This record gives sequence, structure tokens and C-alpha cells, in this order.
Amino acid sequence: METALTPPSGLGILAILLSLVIVGLGVGAFTYILAKRIRPLFKAAPDFRKDRIFTRISNTFNLPHHRMPRYFLAGAIHITILIGFIVLSLRWISMVVMGFSADPYLPWHFAIVGDVYDVIRNIVATAVLVACIVAIVRRAYFRPERYEVPERFGKSHTPEAIFGVALIAALMVLDMMFEGSMVAAERQQDMAAKFLLPGTGVWFASLFFGAASQGTLQVVHGVSFYLHMVVFFGFLVYLPFGRLFHLVMSLPTLMAMKLDKGTVKPVRWGVDDDKLDSLESFGVKKFEDFTWKHMLDFYACADCGRCSDNCPANAVGRPLSPRFITIKCREYAKAAYPLQGAIKESVPLIGNVLEEDEIWSCTTCGACEEECPLLIEYIDKMVDLRRGMVDEGMVPQSLQKPLSAIEKRGNPWGKMEKKRAEWTKAIAEEVPVKEVNGKEEAETLFFVDSITSFDDRMQLIGQATAKLLHTAGEDFGILGKDEKDSGNEVRRFGEEMLFQDLKDHNTEMIKGSGAQRIVTADPHAFNALKHDYKDLPPVEHISQYLARRIREGKYNFKALQNGHKVYTYHDPCYLGRHNNLYDEPRAVIDALPGVKRVDMERCRDRSFCCGGGGLMLFYEPEEEQRMGVLRVKMAQEAGANVIVTACPFCLVNMEDAIKVAGLEGQMEAIDLAELVAQHLDE
Amino acid sequence: MEILVCVKRVPDTAENEIEIKSDGTDIKRDDLVYSVNEWDNYAVEEAIQIRDKVGGSVTVITVGDEEGEEVLRRQMAMGADNGILLSDSAFEGSDGRGIATILKAAVEKGKYDLIMTGAQADDGAAQVGGMLAAMLDLPYASLVNKVEVDNGKLKVGREIEGGNQEMNEIELPCVLSIQTGINEPRYVGIRGIRKVASVEIPTLAAGDLGIDAATVGAGAARVKRVDYFTPEMGEGAEILEGSMEEKIDKLIELLKAKGGLK
Repeated sequence: METALTPPSGLGILAILLSLVIVGLGVGAFTYILAKRIRPLFKAAPDFRKDRIFTRISNTFNLPHHRMPRYFLAGAIHITILIGFIVLSLRWISMVVMGFSADPYLPWHFAIVGDVYDVIRNIVATAVLVACIVAIVRRAYFRPERYEVPERFGKSHTPEAIFGVALIAALMVLDMMFEGSMVAAERQQDMAAKFLLPGTGVWFASLFFGAASQGTLQVVHGVSFYLHMVVFFGFLVYLPFGRLFHLVMSLPTLMAMKLDKGTVKPVRWGVDDDKLDSLESFGVKKFEDFTWKHMLDFYACADCGRCSDNCPANAVGRPLSPRFITIKCREYAKAAYPLQGAIKESVPLIGNVLEEDEIWSCTTCGACEEECPLLIEYIDKMVDLRRGMVDEGMVPQSLQKPLSAIEKRGNPWGKMEKKRAEWTKAIAEEVPVKEVNGKEEAETLFFVDSITSFDDRMQLIGQATAKLLHTAGEDFGILGKDEKDSGNEVRRFGEEMLFQDLKDHNTEMIKGSGAQRIVTADPHAFNALKHDYKDLPPVEHISQYLARRIREGKYNFKALQNGHKVYTYHDPCYLGRHNNLYDEPRAVIDALPGVKRVDMERCRDRSFCCGGGGLMLFYEPEEEQRMGVLRVKMAQEAGANVIVTACPFCLVNMEDAIKVAGLEGQMEAIDLAELVAQHLDE
Repeated sequence: MEILVCVKRVPDTAENEIEIKSDGTDIKRDDLVYSVNEWDNYAVEEAIQIRDKVGGSVTVITVGDEEGEEVLRRQMAMGADNGILLSDSAFEGSDGRGIATILKAAVEKGKYDLIMTGAQADDGAAQVGGMLAAMLDLPYASLVNKVEVDNGKLKVGREIEGGNQEMNEIELPCVLSIQTGINEPRYVGIRGIRKVASVEIPTLAAGDLGIDAATVGAGAARVKRVDYFTPEMGEGAEILEGSMEEKIDKLIELLKAKGGLK
């Protein structure tokens, strides 16, 4: 076919040889680097990610695209570029083949399909170029705060980020020049010029080169083609060096995503709880102790900073920034498994790559995981690292006492077992609470857990809950001295064997009680019983129970004379993010007559952790301020003066924070059960 | 360096409410939980750290009944190499001097460069370390909060008034009584204890140690416990009643009233 300019493959044998060299070097180097990068995955701990394949496929295509626009501009830019990559992948195949043949027989070249595809890809390429320019300007001039690199974590990542986007922009521009020069030549020679949609980049290019001589056009056409080829394969080879590796790694990482919220990975996949004693070592001590999925996570991270932007520990100046957990581990992997030379001997991660305080700083609130567009996991890694530290005896003194108390007495304060039911005495006349151990039975078991049993203030939650169960006519009882701490945090702080003991004990007691269902007012207990324990009767959080009973008309409410009060609901992490219970507690509050409720900006799945529950109450972190104080201020900004929580730990932290923030008298905190009990019309 | 650390199983003060029996013979022991004496735990940690630095071994030893084994195992889970239980009905009711006598016999059966005790025990009177050193005729440093190994000698520190530090040189072998805060004892998890659950711990009785039963035990005790009671409230003392919140409110009120808080 006659063409207006000589196509690259028509420039002679040397040109074809050049194409061959570029393609060969590019593909060869990429394959080599990829192979080197994934070496640690073969030495990693096992992981089980092969189940529920259809859920995985569906999540892979849905979740990231719901999450990306949570940061709207960044999300829009990214989705544009992503769509660009998908659409332009065909064009890039064409371009590579054009290095060898002027008129490649590819299915998207022919007839109407070819014409339509050309128009679409030109629109898309233009959109990608615009997106790249916006991205670069945003990154270089507007500098969103979440991209900043704190000094302790090294240099700014901005040059790397801009370089990657600039490469994509270059690909767009070079293709526009390549195609635009051809169309300009066709027009000059009065041939049937290819249709270019006005306004697209290539249309501008064709106009830009409109007056250029044939010789210039030929040079532009040839040079832009080979530059495109070099940039394209250069880009490919550059991918495994940094954040752009997510182009390759995100798909496998997403397909292997964690599907079960609220759970914690087993100490080692494939080893049952009763075989744990046979393991030589526990948890992650060196890099190779991570599972292959967790290593994939490190490579897949796009360094977008959303995890740390949502991390409450990071917000209050604790040493933890989840983003840099990933970055530091990734840098370690790259250094320990170099492109050239032998694999380096592995070193303990704690002290060399990560710090103890960093790992203990995490409240396991899950905000990072909820936000990550690539569904990278953090909690399981934290738990695994803690398991390793516990195994090595590296536990802060502040946590050793409560752990030892739980071991000896079943509660972190070391209070006597026989006093576990004492909170019932104050309400014994109004609300009799049975202890179901052998002699007495009850249909519903109220699992109280340690803090509600022993803390003077939190006992009021227990009493309110008992009253609500009693009012609804529930046949309920408690385990009393036979109940031990649910162990939600014991497990998440890495003391797996102590957790197993607690679980075995409680399971035996719950089953022995003959109860048909379990209700708890403590989301941490709720989470542990629901996800960490096995074969228990169904478990409900009191908010679910109340929502159900209110719908059934079991309660009569009265309005309180407190018109000036504006309520806001604080989502506890273990109720909301870990168990998707956002609507029930709100429905309960909204069912109370005369209650005015507003939501905070950070609510539901973006709720901000109160400071952490369970053992986190005992940990003494390095921090600039308390998470609770920040949270109380958020409630104030929302125009609320009462914070309703549905978790005893949230209540402790909120009440403390109100005092620390000096907002006593202006702000108060109350538990959902207490609030509902206040409104009972008796 | 061969190190022997003397440890004791005591009621855990953090996790018990100590009440006295009405007849004044003892505290109520029915609901007590026990652990290793806190000072001893620091001593074992220090011994492990010294061993890890200069080599050798750490042996933990206790005088008690079979339940004493539980604390030995915990300390072995921590990192001690060996445990020795000294148990004999003849030992029951020993006073501090009796315990020191038993320990002395055990020390002489081994070859130790360094013997450590806690500075005191939660339920003790801080007697054994000093008496043991005297009986063994070894140099003794008490309330030690710093140990440096220095060419066959030790440099040991002690805190003095005003938060200042005193350093002393001491020849080996010697006896040290260790103060809390000297280090940060490592955590011992359930898993660690299980790993040493089946390690053999030798039990030595009076006969094995060559101790004349008449020199130890209740009969030989020269200090005899005669009573336990709760003191009467003295003049000027006041015990605040009520819930925690109420107590705190009253305390703040009192502090304000007396000018302690502004």
C-alpha cells in the first residue's frame, strides 16, 4: 500500500534490527528483574487464597474503583490513566508489531472496528495526557500533604512519582507525533487523510506539523516511533523499581485479597490450633516469615499515602505510619534480593527495618485497610510481627502486667474471678441477673467481658444492657466467675497461646451453659466470639439486638427534657469497619423520641479510632496527643454535644479525652445501651 | 560465667487482695495466685544478659514445695539453662537464716562465679542475700542496679540519694542482691513455658545437700512469726469510702482544702 511517509519497518534492515534490539532488551530485562524480584515469594510462609474465586474476581474489579474516588481528584486521575492503559494496550501491541511490519494484521485494525477504535483511543490518549499533566502539577505545585515523607523515613518521593507519570505522558505525546506527522503528510499529498477527531491530541499534532516539509515529517515520524519504542520498553523495565510495580502486582494482589473482615490469620496457614505447639517459631521475625501474599502487598503498594492519611496512630504522632511499613519492607526486599549477586542473609526485622514501638502503636482499627485501593493488609502483618516479638520476649513492661493478669485471673486488672459478677448486685432487685453455671440455665447468654465486669464506670453499661434485656422479656444470664476475657486483643497483640487458652475456656463454658444465643455490649468480645471462636451459638451485638427488638415493638420510649442536646454516633472500629454494623446503632438512636442526631465528617467506614481497646488501654505510646482528643474535637465540629458510642473502650477513651481537651460541661459521652435505657418509659 | 540466681514463689501483689485470717496466723491463701518474686525476675534477666555477653550458664534455684517448680520453669522459659528445686518437709517454717543455710549447702554443691538474689521478696524481709553471702564468706553488694563485667571482676552500681549513682568494684565469686529497674525483664509467654514443660528439674532434699534437719525448718527458726493484724486507724488518718469516683472527688476536695492543689 502506498503511504505518505515511509513506515518505520520500511526504513531498511537496520531499522528492523533496531526494533528487534529494543524489544529484546526490554522484554529480557523486564523478565530478568521480575524473576529476581519475586524470589522471596518462594521462600515465604504459606498462605491460603484460592477459595471463593468468583467473589475474588468481582471484588478485584469493583472494590478498587469504589475506593479510588474516595479521594476524588486523585481517583479521577487514576481511573482515567487506568482506562487509558486498558484501551491503549491494543495500540501498543500494534506499535511493537509496526517495528517489523508496515501493515500488521491485527483484528482491531480492520474496517469499522478499526475506525471506531482509532477514534476512541485518540480520545483516551488525550484524556490520559491531560490527567498526567494535572497529576504532575498537583504533585509538584499543590503538594497534597499525604505525600510528604517525614524526615525519619528518608527523602521525598515526589521526583520518583513525577518521573513515572512523565513517562506515561511521553508515551502519549510520542504516539501523537508519530500519527500526527503521518496525517499531516497525507494531507500535504492530497491523499485520503485519516479522520482525526478535532480536539484530540493527535489532531493538534497534525495541525502543528501541517506546514512542515516532507523531510521533517519523515524524521518526526521515524524518530517519534523509535523514541516511543524506547520509552515504552524503558517504562516496562522501570516498573519493578518502585511504585509503578503496582501495574504488574496489583492484579495478583487483588485476586489474593483478604475476604474475611474481623478475622486474624492463623499463626501458620495449614497448622491447626491444636498443633501450634509443634511450630519451631511463631510470627514474623525475619522477612521470609511473611506469607507470599504479604510480600506481594509490599510490591503492589502504589505509595498513595491513603493508609497513613487515615491512620489514627499517624495522626497523633505515634511512630507508626502504615505506608512506611510497606515502603521499608519493600526496600528491604529489594536490597536483600539484589538484581545482581547473592541473596543477603536475613536479619531480624525488628531493630533493623522496623521498630518495636512502631508495631505496638497500631490499634488494629482497620482504617488503613478500609482505604487502600489495592486492599493491602496491615493488621495481619502487625499481629504476625507481634507474635514474633512475644515469642522473643520483646513485650513492653506496660503490657506484661495485664497479660500476666489475664493468664492468672482472666482479666487484665488481676481482679479476683469471684468478683466478676459483682456489678449485678446494684441492680439485683430491679433486674435479677442469673449466673448460668451448671445449676441455672438461660436461653440467651450475656457475654459481659472484662472491662464491663470490673471497671466502675463501665459496669453501668452492663447494668443498662441487663435492664434492656430484662425489659424485652429476655431469658438471659451471665457466666459470672466462669467467664474470662474474650481475648480479642490478646490475640491481636500476638499472645496467641494465651488467646487459645482463653478461647478454649470460654468455649467450654458457653457450650456448657446451654444458651441458644449470645448477646454482648462489647464490640471486641463480639468480634472475637464471632470470628475467632468456632462453633458457638449465634452472637449479636446489643445494637443489633436492640434494633431487632425495637422493630418488634418490645420497648416503649419517652422523650427526655433535654432539647439542647445534639447527639453524634461514634462508630467503634470493631463494630463498624470489622463487622459492617453501621446502620443498626443509628437506627436505634433514631428510634428514640426527641433525639437529634448528626454525623461527624469521619463516620461509618472512615470512623476515627478512639485510642484503642483491650490491651491498648495499658500500652504507653509515644504520641503528641490522644486520639480521643482529636475525636472529641471532630464531634464538636459536627455540632454535637453528646457522643454516643457502643463500646466500653470507646467510652473510656472519650470520657478521658473530654477531660483532657477541657470540654467538661460542654461535651459528654454515653453508651448506646445507657442512652436507650434512659429513654425507657416504665 | 556460671551464675546462680535464687528465686522465690510469692503471692502476686498486683493480682491479689491480701486479707488476714481472723485468727491472725496467716493471710488468706484460698484465692491467691502466685508468681515469681518481682526482684528475682530482674535478677534472672540480668543473669541471662550477662551470660549472653560473656558466655557460661544460668541456674535458677528455689526453696519450696512442688509448686516452686512452676516459677523455675517460668525462669527457664525466660532463658535460664538449669533449674534446681530444694524441697524437703524439714525445710518448712524456716526463717531467713534457715533459707540461707539451705541455699548455702546448694551453692557449695556447685561451682558458681556469681550468685544473685532479689533485693527482697514481696512476702519477705530482705534477709537471705546478705546472710547467704556471710555464710559463704563471699563479698556482697546489695541493692544493685547496674552490673558490668570487667576482667574477672564486676563493677556494680547502686542508686544513692538524689538520683545519683555509686559504682563499686567487687571480686568474683560474690553475691549480689538485685534491685528492680536494673533492666527490662523480657516477657514469658505461655508458649515459652510449654517448651520447657518437660525439662527435668532435679529436686534436692536435706539429705542430698548434707544438711542436718535440726538446723533448718520451724524448729530451728530463731525468728518466729507470732501474729498478723490490721492496724487500728491512727489519729489524723482518714480512709475515704465510696466508689472510685467518689473517693477521687473527696481526695481532690481535701487536697484543695489543705492548699495542696490550686
